[in-house]
Amino acid sequence: MKAYPQLLRTGFAAMVAYRAEMLIWMFATNMPLVMLALWSAVARGGPVGPYTQTGFAAYYLGSLLVRLMTGSWVVWELTMEIRQGTLALRLLRPIHPLLAYSAENLAAVPLRGIIAIPVVSILLYGMRAELGHDTLSWILLAPAMFGAWLLTFLVMSLIGTLGLWFESAGSLFDAWLGISAILSGYLIPLDLFPSAVRDIALVLPFRFLLSFPVELVLGKAIGLHAVKLLAVQWTYVGAALIATHFVWRSGLKRYAAYGG
Amino acid sequence: MRGMIRVNRLQKWYRVHQRQPGLGAALRSLFHRKYDEVKAVDEVSFSIEAGERVGFLGPNGAGKTTTLKVLSGLLHPTGGEVSVAGFKPQDRVRGFLQQITLVMGQKQQLLWDLPPAETFLLNRAIYDIPKAQYAETLSELTALLDLGPLLNKPTRQLSLGERMKCELAVALLHRPKVLFLDEPTIGLDVSMQVTVRDFVRAYNQRFGATVLLTSHYMEDVAALCPRVMVIDKGHLIYDGGLPELVQRVRPDKRLILRLSKPVDRKDLEALGGTLVDHRDAEAVVQVSQALLQAAVSRALASLPLRDLSVEDPPLEEVMRDLFAQGRAA
Repeated sequence: MKAYPQLLRTGFAAMVAYRAEMLIWMFATNMPLVMLALWSAVARGGPVGPYTQTGFAAYYLGSLLVRLMTGSWVVWELTMEIRQGTLALRLLRPIHPLLAYSAENLAAVPLRGIIAIPVVSILLYGMRAELGHDTLSWILLAPAMFGAWLLTFLVMSLIGTLGLWFESAGSLFDAWLGISAILSGYLIPLDLFPSAVRDIALVLPFRFLLSFPVELVLGKAIGLHAVKLLAVQWTYVGAALIATHFVWRSGLKRYAAYGG
Repeated sequence: MRGMIRVNRLQKWYRVHQRQPGLGAALRSLFHRKYDEVKAVDEVSFSIEAGERVGFLGPNGAGKTTTLKVLSGLLHPTGGEVSVAGFKPQDRVRGFLQQITLVMGQKQQLLWDLPPAETFLLNRAIYDIPKAQYAETLSELTALLDLGPLLNKPTRQLSLGERMKCELAVALLHRPKVLFLDEPTIGLDVSMQVTVRDFVRAYNQRFGATVLLTSHYMEDVAALCPRVMVIDKGHLIYDGGLPELVQRVRPDKRLILRLSKPVDRKDLEALGGTLVDHRDAEAVVQVSQALLQAAVSRALASLPLRDLSVEDPPLEEVMRDLFAQGRAA
């Protein structure tokens, strides 16, 4: 862990070197804005469930913020490096490759913050009526955002590590992404689902990737309930960490370090 | 077993999916997959002492790289025992990884879009190299490899040779005791190959490091390694000195003749050997060791010589014959 600050510094330097790619990625993350346009049109005639037009705007800007700040790309890097054999170079260093990946991914957060600042400004000033007023929820937002990032990163690492067994880990992640887009609240707020689906979605891990931090921002999760949700999120983080650890360890025994 | 590197009956087998080309075969492979077991390394044993420089030779697919990857902890052996610097490589504990390095000529650890100096700083942190030692090693490496102008250029803008020099430096910053070098000179021009060889020798002498090198350039091995190990089809078929290997496989010698004027082919054949090359006033005749003295006397007496030298056959030919013998056996 002593090396972690330097890993972050180098990761940031790499991010700056890839600044164009980074900006394109950030501007391509526009699905919440597309959904906002759609639902705003629907809500023109009157509120949809608990959401007015401004309510949708606050929800989707919140989603965009969480998505920008918690995004990770480790699954693509890991599957590519396993296939090309370049993972070998990481394995030769006395630092866990997943720790190194985590620093590279975290180092992108400051640059993403630059895009996120206007979103936060609009949220705070333009839609303050839609935001929560519970101080505890705002305090919990930081660990909830970090938990969402960590859960995203660990699930990606877990699926990427499965590439040590079979070559289609990328497709598996596509499947996860598809389900996650629906059940995390990325496309539709979870409270608009039919009650049977919503009840299931509220306890699955997907919620804690995106919907939960947005719920804190909008004051939908407050007080003791918010604390309980944070505990559930971090339980999922712990479970993902343990699963990744074991999958990684047994996967390395199969590693073939192809090429060169 | 003693030694810095100890390998006892090492086996590494791979399970390889066999599939015929074509759509039909692709569809069949959805339901039924056929696997073959490939014995990349089979019952290989050897020991290398601290400070030795050993060349690891063999044709493509012989098992050299697989062995290096097992020794550096990247691959788990299927069977046998391996120990490097007192560690079991596949455990990949920090103490082990801090004492070894693996340089692969075809892969790079330098960060592509950043200058090498950035990767150096990263490795300093990862290997927890004390500041003073880092400064000293970096200045030594910079002087030995003439890295000065390269350190702050983005890696992608360096030539292949410049990149390999930086790769070597970054791989050695933590002063590893064991160097695994897999084709470190591949693709480099002759002068850069010499630079790399000289550097590896200097590092070995300065730090007493153990070097295990694979290369397709026989000059690398001849210049660097007093001892060679030859592997073919996963089996170790020779372990010993290079001159002894040449003597065993190709006991014949080559007379290199430089003549003051062209001579007839029959005059050269009369020396008692096989004419290997004949161009204008130069000729190469291969003779058995038993006939060498007589052939030299005959050449001195009968040919208009400007210069005569006796050499071993080229190492490439020695290796080709060795592998051919192995296949015939």
